[in-house]
Amino acid sequence: MSVDVLSALPRLAQRLGGEGAVLAAAERLSGGASMETWAFAVETPGHRRDLILRRRSAPFDPDTSRSTSLAAEAALIAAVRAKGAPAPPLAHLCDEADGLGEAHVTERISGETLGRRIVSDPRFDAVRPKLARQCGEILAMIHDTPPPDAAHLKTADFLAELGRYEEIYRTSGAERPVLELAFQHLKKHAPEPMPLVLLHGDFRNGNLMIDPEVGVAAVLDWELSHIGDPAEDLGWICVNSWRFGRPDKPVGGFGDYADLLAGYEAAGGAPIALSRVRAWQALGSLKWGVMCLMMYQSWVGDPEASVERPMIGRRVSETEIDLVNLLESGL
Amino acid sequence: MIDHPKAEELTVAVARWIDQVRPALDPRNAFLARVAANALGTVTRELALGPKAEAAATERLAGVLGRQGGHAELTTELCERLRSGELGVATPGLMATLRANVLEQIAIDQPNYRHEGSSPPA
Repeated sequence: MSVDVLSALPRLAQRLGGEGAVLAAAERLSGGASMETWAFAVETPGHRRDLILRRRSAPFDPDTSRSTSLAAEAALIAAVRAKGAPAPPLAHLCDEADGLGEAHVTERISGETLGRRIVSDPRFDAVRPKLARQCGEILAMIHDTPPPDAAHLKTADFLAELGRYEEIYRTSGAERPVLELAFQHLKKHAPEPMPLVLLHGDFRNGNLMIDPEVGVAAVLDWELSHIGDPAEDLGWICVNSWRFGRPDKPVGGFGDYADLLAGYEAAGGAPIALSRVRAWQALGSLKWGVMCLMMYQSWVGDPEASVERPMIGRRVSETEIDLVNLLESGL
Repeated sequence: MIDHPKAEELTVAVARWIDQVRPALDPRNAFLARVAANALGTVTRELALGPKAEAAATERLAGVLGRQGGHAELTTELCERLRSGELGVATPGLMATLRANVLEQIAIDQPNYRHEGSSPPA
């Protein structure tokens, strides 16, 4: 799917800004394995509108992929915004006339997404103590959102999620005693099922746009949204791999469990026990460990893949020490 | 073994060269160059620490399993006995063994990684 984004953007700028609108700036921000993000602006006399284009750069199979389509993401963003959750407003869902493939455009929200800066830069000192509670409040709003039918979201509870990753691990042929122990232990100690809700699916420090004044200004990257246990989102942001050197601050490296859970309940979320969050945190570390293994394996089969992938494979051991800590603490 | 230069001196030399050319690269390649230099750092640490770490890990595995053997075969056996449920969190010595083995692996993979059991920064 070869698309020349830079030559398609001026046309898109005219479509969004009308007669006389011009493309002011365009730069590629990041390229994941399957998704590209571009920042650009549309200028009309006396006005500048900053926007973000997200587009799929690799073929997408809705049956096998964990990700939603970008059209589903657009429907999700509208639905959660109606409940008050801060997601960047949708500006445009691209169609064939745009020549950009599967893509959508949202308003650009300013702030910081780099986890290490958010946990350590003095610019965020004042707002940092408020972030965990805000995360809890925002998750309660997301979890209260009726899942949009158009999004066709998948459903997975604790044991389904654990089973899916165990299957991937088995297929990989890897032998990692800590991962094996975690699979067996979590299977025996799965939390009792509770009503399933709409989840963000990748709610962590790194996918949050943080403003030094207001705190969480936007929740980004909705492509892993699905229906599941509310504690999945609460546990995922507590995984030590995204605490950026601050293991003493369980929530994203910036806050405490109690603030996260208090914010969640204050905003109408069902009461959730810390032990349930820790169980999902452990499953989160285990999932990330398996993902790291898969990153390595995807490099083995692809001579074009970058050096980043095998190096991520060396991050399995970080999830192993996190799992040992969780298992030894009784979760 | 040839030691003029040693393998770990070659990895250090290449990592230094990558760091020298990195500022001239475009953002994507500058990022990948940093990853590449980090990869050489891992190789350098593995050359220095790997053999001792593997020997110590093998010894610990043998202690938990009650028999001698090579690292790979003991790892396979441990995984099988964990999967069957014969061994688990309550098995005497198991968690201490896993912790010690993983910590030695982290010292190679990511010596600066801070986890819930890390001591506070000085």
